[in-house]
Amino acid sequence: MTVEEVDDNCVGFLFAIMVGRFYSSKCFCMTPAICIQDLHKTYDNGFQALKGISLDVQEGDFFALLGANGAGKSTTIGVLSTLVRKSSGLVQVFGKDVGSNSYETKLSLGLVPQEVNFNHFEKVFDIVVTQGGYYGLPMKLAKERAERYLTQLGLWDKNQQQARNLSGGMKRRLLIARALVHEPRLLLLDEPTAGVDIELRRSTWEFLQEINRNGTTIVLTTHYLEEAENLCRNIAMIDAGEIVVNTSMKDLLKKLHQEHFVLDIRGELDNAPVLQGFGCELLDASTLEVGLESHQNLNDVFDALQSLGIEVKSMRNKSNRLEQLFLSLLKKPEAKAASEITVEA
Amino acid sequence: MSDTPFNYKITAFNTIVWKEVRRFLRIWVQTLVPPVITISLYFVIFGNLIGRRIGDMDGYTYMEFIVPGLIMMAVINNSYANVVSSFFSQKYQRSIEELLVSPVPNYVILSGFVIGGVARGLAVGVIATIMSLFFSGLHMHNIFITLMVVLMSSIVFSLGGFINAIFANKFDDISIIPTFVLTPLIYLGGVFYSIDMLPDFWRTISQLNPIFYMVNAFRYGILGVSDINVLFAFSMLVIFTVVLFFLSLWLLHRGRGLRH
Repeated sequence: MTVEEVDDNCVGFLFAIMVGRFYSSKCFCMTPAICIQDLHKTYDNGFQALKGISLDVQEGDFFALLGANGAGKSTTIGVLSTLVRKSSGLVQVFGKDVGSNSYETKLSLGLVPQEVNFNHFEKVFDIVVTQGGYYGLPMKLAKERAERYLTQLGLWDKNQQQARNLSGGMKRRLLIARALVHEPRLLLLDEPTAGVDIELRRSTWEFLQEINRNGTTIVLTTHYLEEAENLCRNIAMIDAGEIVVNTSMKDLLKKLHQEHFVLDIRGELDNAPVLQGFGCELLDASTLEVGLESHQNLNDVFDALQSLGIEVKSMRNKSNRLEQLFLSLLKKPEAKAASEITVEA
Repeated sequence: MSDTPFNYKITAFNTIVWKEVRRFLRIWVQTLVPPVITISLYFVIFGNLIGRRIGDMDGYTYMEFIVPGLIMMAVINNSYANVVSSFFSQKYQRSIEELLVSPVPNYVILSGFVIGGVARGLAVGVIATIMSLFFSGLHMHNIFITLMVVLMSSIVFSLGGFINAIFANKFDDISIIPTFVLTPLIYLGGVFYSIDMLPDFWRTISQLNPIFYMVNAFRYGILGVSDINVLFAFSMLVIFTVVLFFLSLWLLHRGRGLRH
């Protein structure tokens, strides 16, 4: 039943709207893909990697977990994939405790680890087919899926080569193909594009966006903040084992109160021009840096410059916005309250 | 994982076994050729050259007497070596994580590795048996006992290799046990002599050696002669198998060296 079919029937119309909302809402009546509550992990050497983190990831989400080295990202991924044992807390995947070692829970997970961890002497094709066997796929289906994912990730022409002969970027894409062979509902990616060149990184992003559109929930840890900004709808930042921010990417970026642009101008200036209401600095004779508050707009800057006879040739962001925010958050203990964030550029 | 479907377990088990078999076939120069050369040398030097001077033992020529022991030695060494090197390599390269994050139950993982070890042990055993035909006739007193003993011995030492691999932290650790424990036990396990030749004290000590029971039960299956009661030897093999299996399973469950 669609809304259009019942538009002459008021009751039916309202019912259709309710049904439509029910199915269009990702959170309503759905078990989250991941539910973590008060998760602690202390390693045998006494290092406290996680200090009571809590977060939910809804099914279908593309979620980023950001943090510096040693912040606790990989430990969190490790607990979800059962390679790391939690010290305490609740960790559920699709409503089931990962500690219960349930067949269904593990079947729903695909893991792309941070470090390459396949047998380097195996053939590329065999690595993916074998993984299919571990997840109960009959040989014929495992081979079909291996061909499909290796092709999609641009590795099919290497399928009979030993994995050790692949380049670094190819190895990382092989890890993704391997993790997808059983078509998991939840894909955990621990820095999947580390060491991958820009072109390959972007093609990997497109591939991940495609499988996310097809319904796979993706949780990504990354050092490339641009990666999180481009791919993810929701984000958590982790620092020293604690979640400092857990919000949507859109809301997080809105919290940037100031953004800086670098303008290349035609001709040369001796001093920075005075622009009413905008901070302006002369970086060199033909380059200006202009700061904008979130309520201001660039047209006003251009108008002000034009009135002074200054012509802008080109323009770029001074730096990655998310990076500024990230650094700001990790510097400020009080920044845990995301609503109070102000970026000092 | 009681909710795991049976068909799934069979597929996962077959996958692990086939992966193990593929591994030792891929590196056949390291896995299948060396035992052939070693066994041939034993046959030529001990069986043929020295054996002629030793004369008969338990009613058989010395060559005939040592053939079962040498076959068993090949089976034991290769079953152990396959599992210890394969599992430790996967642990070292962290490719074992492929299995640990998958829904494969621990006992299926263990069984897969053990049967992989048994496959190599039996493959080398068959090769050693074929080699022996060049030096001695093939006797077969009781084929059932022969096959059961070789199979169970192979399982016991595959399990031993698995435990060694679990505890090993570096490659040196996987050669310590074979060098300092396994080899002395094999040589003192009655491969080359009957314990009737030993003084009472050493005869008693020999009976603490598990390999002594395997070699003698296997020799009984082939030649019909043994230093011990075959039923007792079987009982010992069953006990070793059960104890080592559950110890391995417990270590896997604890995730020693595998999960943090």
